[in-house]
Amino acid sequence: MAESTRDIKRRIRGITNTKQITKAMELVSSAKLRKAREKLEKTRPYFNTVRESIQEVLSATGNMRHPFLEVREIKRSLYIVITADGGLAGGYNSNVIRAVESEIKSRKDEVDLIIIGRKGKDYFKSRGYNVVGEFLDITEAPAFSDAVQIGQSAMEKYENREVDEVKLVYTEFITTLSQENKIIKLLPNEGVNGDKKEKTSVIEYEPSPEEVLDYLIPKYIESTIYGALIESSCSEQGSRRTAMQSATDNAEEMIDELTLSYNRARQAAITSEISEIVAGAEALK
Amino acid sequence: MATFPLEIVTPDRKFFSGEVESVIVRGIDGDLAVLKNRAPLVTPLKICKVRIMIDGKERVAALCNGYIKVSKEGTTIISDAGEWPDEIDIERAKEAKERAEKRLKERQSGIDIKRSELALRRALNRLDVAETKNIDGTKNIK
Repeated sequence: MAESTRDIKRRIRGITNTKQITKAMELVSSAKLRKAREKLEKTRPYFNTVRESIQEVLSATGNMRHPFLEVREIKRSLYIVITADGGLAGGYNSNVIRAVESEIKSRKDEVDLIIIGRKGKDYFKSRGYNVVGEFLDITEAPAFSDAVQIGQSAMEKYENREVDEVKLVYTEFITTLSQENKIIKLLPNEGVNGDKKEKTSVIEYEPSPEEVLDYLIPKYIESTIYGALIESSCSEQGSRRTAMQSATDNAEEMIDELTLSYNRARQAAITSEISEIVAGAEALK
Repeated sequence: MATFPLEIVTPDRKFFSGEVESVIVRGIDGDLAVLKNRAPLVTPLKICKVRIMIDGKERVAALCNGYIKVSKEGTTIISDAGEWPDEIDIERAKEAKERAEKRLKERQSGIDIKRSELALRRALNRLDVAETKNIDGTKNIK
């Protein structure tokens, strides 16, 4: 007998415990996912509207001079990276980190990082990246004020010419099973410019187009960051749920297999006992 | 009266959506009323109350910053926060008002003064909206 029945029993018990934990985590994250999705549905109209109107304004005003639209030679970059606070979320954190690292590894000294989430902070700090800002414990329920804070510190750096571009890295939530890493450029604001629509009718800007842009661009950045935070928090829960679900499934499969071999081992023990008894009885004759 | 579609959107919800006769808000250059077929306009808003006329009835709500966009298709108001009168926590607004007033009296550093002023304005706006009576004396409808 390869494994004694007692060993197998112990392993089954161990795996059952693990399964209980993963099952519990799966349930928790599906509840959180549902909440996060509701929030996502509610906020989408907001930043779709903001994005639309800033596009309209920019296409209507043509080439306007504004500090946030000015393209400079890129010497230093700022990356805003959204990761999770907790692990056990499948490939969620490592996908984001890999996407960022592949872009900045070669120019480590020219990159500043603002990190959201404990996992990303730990990773980049321990590898000697220049982390200039960190926001922890906000990914589960991101508030608009968090996005404002992040956006303002990024805009300040850009205005003071400490950095020449600002990029945002997040995970877009497509379905529970599929999420996609996105890297978008926040500043200078060219992504919006590239999407030229035909010139709409004359729009009045009060008090002036410049002042309206002064207000709109920061708003656009803040709402984009807010949207990204929410997309990411949805993705995190989705990816954790999937990971935990497959862990639970695997545990179940293992338990089934072990139960089978446990029964087989028990049967073998009984059979050998019987044959011993029979042999003993035979010998007595 | 002729109506046009109005949407009020805040980060956490679609605050209002429907056909209205007119809407009055406070832009950074002063109050403005929008009627059907107004020329396209974009302007930032202050912390203010918004008055919406529907079927001759008025609805009031508190808004906190944002901007208004008038276009041919309709009018959109984007704001950081929006509250109907019955959603406003009067106690909380009063507390915020007192806190801000106290801070302003104590005179701290520059940023704090600005912040307290904004907090005070928000609180006053909320209290104002919560106590607003409609022109015709009816209670605010939700």
